[in-house]
Amino acid sequence: MSQEIKLTTPLTTEDVEKLRIGDKVLLNGVLFTGRDAAHKRLFDLIQDGKKLPIDIKGQVIYYVGPTPAKPGKPIGSAGPTTSYRMDPYSPKLIELGLKGMIGKGNRSQVVVDVMKQFKAVYFGATGGAGALIAKRIKKAEIVAYPDLGPEAIRRLEVEDFPVTVINDTKGNDLYVEGMRQYAEE
Amino acid sequence: MTREIPAQEIIKVVKDLCIDANYNLGNDVLLAFDRAIENEKSETARDVLRELKENARIAREEKAPICQDCGLAVVFMEIGQDVHITGSDLKVAINEGVRQGYEQGYLRKSACNPITRKNTGDNTPAIIHLEIVPGDKIRIIVAPKGGGSENMSRVTMLTPAAGMEGVKDFVVNRVKESGSNPCPPTIIGIGVGGTFERSAILAKKALLRTLGERNSDPELAKIEKEILTRIKKLGIGPMGYGGTTTSLDVFLEMEPCHIASLPVAVNIQCHAARHKEAVI
Repeated sequence: MSQEIKLTTPLTTEDVEKLRIGDKVLLNGVLFTGRDAAHKRLFDLIQDGKKLPIDIKGQVIYYVGPTPAKPGKPIGSAGPTTSYRMDPYSPKLIELGLKGMIGKGNRSQVVVDVMKQFKAVYFGATGGAGALIAKRIKKAEIVAYPDLGPEAIRRLEVEDFPVTVINDTKGNDLYVEGMRQYAEE
Repeated sequence: MTREIPAQEIIKVVKDLCIDANYNLGNDVLLAFDRAIENEKSETARDVLRELKENARIAREEKAPICQDCGLAVVFMEIGQDVHITGSDLKVAINEGVRQGYEQGYLRKSACNPITRKNTGDNTPAIIHLEIVPGDKIRIIVAPKGGGSENMSRVTMLTPAAGMEGVKDFVVNRVKESGSNPCPPTIIGIGVGGTFERSAILAKKALLRTLGERNSDPELAKIEKEILTRIKKLGIGPMGYGGTTTSLDVFLEMEPCHIASLPVAVNIQCHAARHKEAVI
């Protein structure tokens, strides 16, 4: 369970299919950021049949709204935000080829089912560890919606970005299994 | 008799407290992480707790926000009745302090219009709670509050027949239903009594206590410990990955209420339990 697996984005179906809940993964390559407002805009574009500002095939979206970067730093503190607010939008993105999402907290059953169907995974990053996680982000640039400030879509280049598999492609859930293992009543 | 305090001083103190609170996690929380690492049964959970400790160290040393959610700026102020504030309106001064603190401290601005979601741009308005007290000093507490844990908080009006058992069940169920969302290990503030809004303020104020500090009423202190034990048995663990460390502490405050009511508020605080104070 504690073995660390290194993966480089974009992820393939084979990459994500071998992951199991509780696996610790170190992500390398590119992550795209997006939270509430950016998701709504992407979703609306899809509904209207328009092209997205980023190609999400094989990509991983990180739910984060970082603090402003201090001079000389690529980004400010950058821990995950709570994921359930993205649940209404995620299934469409997964159908279009999104392979991974990074956040914290429970996903809806619909999202879990769509991940299973289209082979995608949900990773947890440690909530509140914003200063620590920022050290693994080497470069950040805004690629869409600069008007959204902290909610703009950023392209992050990461090295050994630490995450844990919460939902795998088999429909398992670490939150359910973890709690079951330690609950006393 | 009256002591004059310039608004400029309030601006400076609020600004410094906003930055201090966001960069420097309290020692009580750091010690609670250490105790939790010692007692936690799950290895995954211990790893998470070590990350949180390391994160706090980095934040302190590099003067970086502990968490990217630098919160809405909740400001509690106890103003001595012999104080005369000069030079500006008090609320204008508090908001100016918040504006400067969030700008100069590179803190994230998270205040927005509830419907259009347009960001106000400077993290104002602050959430201000004023109290007039005896004396000629001002005590200012800045407690930035993140959205993730605040979203899991609730107020309910129980029937009086529900009694203390009803209060305990409501709190434990709330923590259980919140699961991984509020970034456990959490701290639980409970307000019992008063009115609808008073219970919520009591719950928020309870979160300002130092970890380990029990209610001065031995009966209520016992209930705090009992609720903490029940929460531990839920097995949620740090980040919800499973484990025995779900909450670091439970604080309960109680006041008289209406003969028809039993208001209960649960305010959930993530492990980034930020609050700093100063006295002018």
